[in-house]
Amino acid sequence: MSLSAVPASPHFPDLSRVALVDEVGVNERVARFQSRSIKNESKNDALKLILSMIDLTTLEGQDTPGKVRQLCQKAMHLHDAMPGLPHVAAVCVYPTMVSVAKKALGASGINIASVATAFPSGMAPRHIKLEETKIAVAEGANEIDMVISRGAFLAGEYGYVFDEIAAIKEACGDAHLKVILETGEIGTLDRVRRASVLAMHAGADFIKTSTGKIQPAATLPVTLVMLQAIRDYFRETGRMVGMKPAGGISNAKLAIHYLVMLRETLGNAWMTPQWYRFGASSLANDVLMQLRKQQTGVYQSADYFSKD
Amino acid sequence: MTAKTARVPVAKTYKIYIGGKFPRSESGRFYPLEDDDGAVIANICRGSRKDFRNAVVAARSAQPGWGASSAYLRGQILYRVAEMLEGRREQFVAELVLQGITKRKAQAEVDATTDRLIYYAGWSDKYQQIFSAVNPVSSSHFNFSVLEPTGVVSILAPEESGLLGLVSNIAPVIVGGNTCVVLASQNLPLCAVSLAEVLHASDVPGGVVNILTGFREELAGQFSSHMDVNAIVYCDGDASVAKQIQEKAADNIKRVLSRVEIDWKSHASQNPYLIQETQEVKTTWHPIGS
Repeated sequence: MSLSAVPASPHFPDLSRVALVDEVGVNERVARFQSRSIKNESKNDALKLILSMIDLTTLEGQDTPGKVRQLCQKAMHLHDAMPGLPHVAAVCVYPTMVSVAKKALGASGINIASVATAFPSGMAPRHIKLEETKIAVAEGANEIDMVISRGAFLAGEYGYVFDEIAAIKEACGDAHLKVILETGEIGTLDRVRRASVLAMHAGADFIKTSTGKIQPAATLPVTLVMLQAIRDYFRETGRMVGMKPAGGISNAKLAIHYLVMLRETLGNAWMTPQWYRFGASSLANDVLMQLRKQQTGVYQSADYFSKD
Repeated sequence: MTAKTARVPVAKTYKIYIGGKFPRSESGRFYPLEDDDGAVIANICRGSRKDFRNAVVAARSAQPGWGASSAYLRGQILYRVAEMLEGRREQFVAELVLQGITKRKAQAEVDATTDRLIYYAGWSDKYQQIFSAVNPVSSSHFNFSVLEPTGVVSILAPEESGLLGLVSNIAPVIVGGNTCVVLASQNLPLCAVSLAEVLHASDVPGGVVNILTGFREELAGQFSSHMDVNAIVYCDGDASVAKQIQEKAADNIKRVLSRVEIDWKSHASQNPYLIQETQEVKTTWHPIGS
């Protein structure tokens, strides 16, 4: 039995017992992750692992079917000049683009993630959010990236946020649910921790930092707090929850820092695309350039890598 | 005790210049610069290949903006660099003297450097007119060729001309809308670092000129091989050095520009062909009615 088979049974958590975050401690810990020496062989493995964890993303108002097909092509063929590369974990698009992505990806084994619930603001009535989720799943999305209602969360209506996540989870059916906290809008690390606990208890399969539309998006401190929340939730309930930092992770070096943090906080069990993702649009090419540099010793140029 | 206590001397830290900032080498390394008697004049950053990589990233991101700025603006900015250099004349003279030449020669070199900047500033809105062309074609097209900057240029600056030779190579590259990463003279690096401060105070956008100090032997390979560099200028070395540079540059078909054994003090060393050498020719066919 895999650990993921432990079902989520939504029950409202006792938020008064949620640990407070020591911000200075978090920042010091984060600084340590950035000072690890990574040897070449480990670096190569890490770079390939990062590629396999990427949710290749396009979430723009200007997205066209052509753009989505191009992204899917990139997802399947990261850089064919270098054999032995993994493919990315998923392609992340708006609900209206799910069918295009499904057709383009075919039997490649790459998942289709769709944002839903009035992404990115989340400002829509619940029945519309539920309907949107169902449509995305019906069109072929295997993963749903929902946003929480930050307005309600900040107003202290935790029950509303909890119920909403639980309802969306139900609407997802077999699709995995990633819950975006939009940490850039909820502010303090204490609130990030509280929102993480709320989302996990409500049934989230993944918790995710950001939409990428708000600055700051993913940061190392915020991600550490969420990883710690996942660890404590696992100790409490035995259920594994995945983590997805998204937005602002655009170079390989930073992504490796995130992996170091993952390894030292949650351990090897989480070091797979099943439990960890990077939401990014421009990370893949930088990782590819670093891999190529490792092979040839020559610094690379974006001119020689296909755009995504 | 004397009434006046001697001041503790304030020594300058010579740092590298990347993306409009003055970091130390990421490697933490340095090398002592000594005068003829073996006394240490200053500690100089010994730049690493990672510093070079960072500098190319800065140069690449600065290039589109700099290349798109108007020729008039680029000329104004180069002229401004000359003005700032003139204002710091005494400092540059002192540094050149420290590196072992007479004051008279040092003054002549600083003056020639200022004049050279003004020379290339003047060319900023003229070289296009000289090197562009309207081409006769036997179809109903208006056909013309214009220059565009080649992109990011790496420069291995002259070893024996720490200021004038350095500026003589930077100016024609940047006036044409390119950005550059420069390795300063290993044995005469003082003025290169001070020049970076002048550039910084002259409206030259960060990343347009990046100046590293360090060992030629260690860095020349990366300067010639980096795939995101479009041209390399080198000013020293025999046939075997040239061969190494050319072989490494072949991977992405860089322009390789040899400026070996040029007397940078001579007026003949300044000419618009140096600008043209880091330009690409773009030819456009425009249909016209018969």
